[in-house]
Amino acid sequence: MINMIEATETIKMITQENLDVRTITLGISLLDCIDSDLDKLNENIYKKITATAKDLVTVGQAIEREYGIPIVNKRISVTPIGLIGGSACKTPEDYVTIAQTLDKAAKEVGVNFIGGFSALVSKGMTRSDELLLRAIPGALSTTDRVCSSVNVGSTKCGIDMDAVRLMGEIILETAQRTAAQDSLGCAKLVVFCNAPDDNPFMAGAFHGVTEGDAVIKVGVSGPGVVKTALEQVRGESFEVLCETIKKTAFKVTRVGQLVAQEASRRLKVPFGIIDLSLAPTPAMGDSVADILCEIGLEHAGAPGTTAALALLNDQVKKGGVMASSYVGGLSGAFIPVSEDQGMIDAVEAGALSLEKLEAMTCVCSVGLDMIAIPGDTKASTISGIIADEMAIGMVNQKTTAVRLIPVIGKGVGQTVEFGGLLGHAPIMPVNPFSCQAFISRQGRIPAPIHSFKN
Amino acid sequence: MKKTIITVVGQDTVGIIARVCTYLADNNINILDISQTIVSGYFNMMMVTDASAAKKSAEQIAEEMEKLGTDMGLSIRCMHEDIFNTMHRI
Repeated sequence: MINMIEATETIKMITQENLDVRTITLGISLLDCIDSDLDKLNENIYKKITATAKDLVTVGQAIEREYGIPIVNKRISVTPIGLIGGSACKTPEDYVTIAQTLDKAAKEVGVNFIGGFSALVSKGMTRSDELLLRAIPGALSTTDRVCSSVNVGSTKCGIDMDAVRLMGEIILETAQRTAAQDSLGCAKLVVFCNAPDDNPFMAGAFHGVTEGDAVIKVGVSGPGVVKTALEQVRGESFEVLCETIKKTAFKVTRVGQLVAQEASRRLKVPFGIIDLSLAPTPAMGDSVADILCEIGLEHAGAPGTTAALALLNDQVKKGGVMASSYVGGLSGAFIPVSEDQGMIDAVEAGALSLEKLEAMTCVCSVGLDMIAIPGDTKASTISGIIADEMAIGMVNQKTTAVRLIPVIGKGVGQTVEFGGLLGHAPIMPVNPFSCQAFISRQGRIPAPIHSFKN
Repeated sequence: MKKTIITVVGQDTVGIIARVCTYLADNNINILDISQTIVSGYFNMMMVTDASAAKKSAEQIAEEMEKLGTDMGLSIRCMHEDIFNTMHRI
């Protein structure tokens, strides 16, 4: 039977160290909603989402109360809309109406984000995909809860540089269309390489075509728990350090597994995966950068940061894998800048640059995330940064992503406030040299040699 | 059997166990095990209970116990035992 020490440990993790289930994300396939009539398509999508997800929020809240574990977000991901709207949408404006339908459905069922206004264009764009990409600024500036993502590369297919070039322009246009809210639209837009089909985390979540009709995906978190555990092993060897991270990751993931099984049973929707992630929030003590400091760095970004992050990312996976029957999604340590107080402090102290963050993305779970850059950054420069990040993902067979926010009207030295979970960020300098001629080339970068495993 | 673990933490005072147990008895919740200690004036108690015969829902019981705690200046948490079992037992 459980003893008092164990009970106290669990309660302390929840009440003092910010242990929580970051999200229960219900993935819903919209493939059976396809229709060539736009109004009918919108109606089908609205009905499917509101019917499938009607109990999601109440079930989430009931589990929260019964087990005493906070479940911070309840969210929905849907089939990439680029695959759904093809026969009904003739213009970008047609696609915007679908985004508005998703927004309405999200509000009706009470989820705070819905992901899947997405296109998968790693080898090339269909006419429909391109219309969707061009609809993104309109979609994100006229909705509140819709998140968008575009997969522009993969290890198997290479990188679609035409899409990379277009996304630089789309990101800038989205920033301009949402300039009144400090370019908030860009916080809901991710560009991916090797995007997973089962990611529960926003803004990059979508319900992949390899998935079933509906599925439960759970993202766990707990940087504060890892940080507190590491405080007990200061000065110890790497072996002790790694063991401590693994044990903690195991405990955190077990909670996610329990919540996922319970949500799956109550909603009568199959359990998909647990995403074993250390996802920070702007709250004090809920920071991945603080873990890096606890491992022995003065600030995130100091020499040694990439090694410390590689170690952390690997041990989180090793500890978490055994705790769950299915793992997937992005699994690892997230390093968003605006959502992590320790990262913000590191940028403000001058310890962390965009280039160091790029190096860190080679070993963390995703990529350049929630980074505010000057609003006058050129579209081709944004495309260049995307291309670099996509190349890292393609060659290393990992998921990488870019979520940059060019803040219109602001420059280096100023800060931007997004509020809530999205946090605030100092605007970071971008390398001023041009990559215009490189980005202007047409076509795609071929897949790397190690993609041919046939 | 659906077991619930109740933890009570806070400044020690007269009648904590009495009030908690009265609430449990009134709601037909059976106590299976109690361990309790006082560390430098701080009251710590853990109870394992069986709420399968209770009329109220687990959520409602958790809310009412929390409120009972607030009234007495204590922190009372009522959680399904599975969260502890999954975390601490393989």
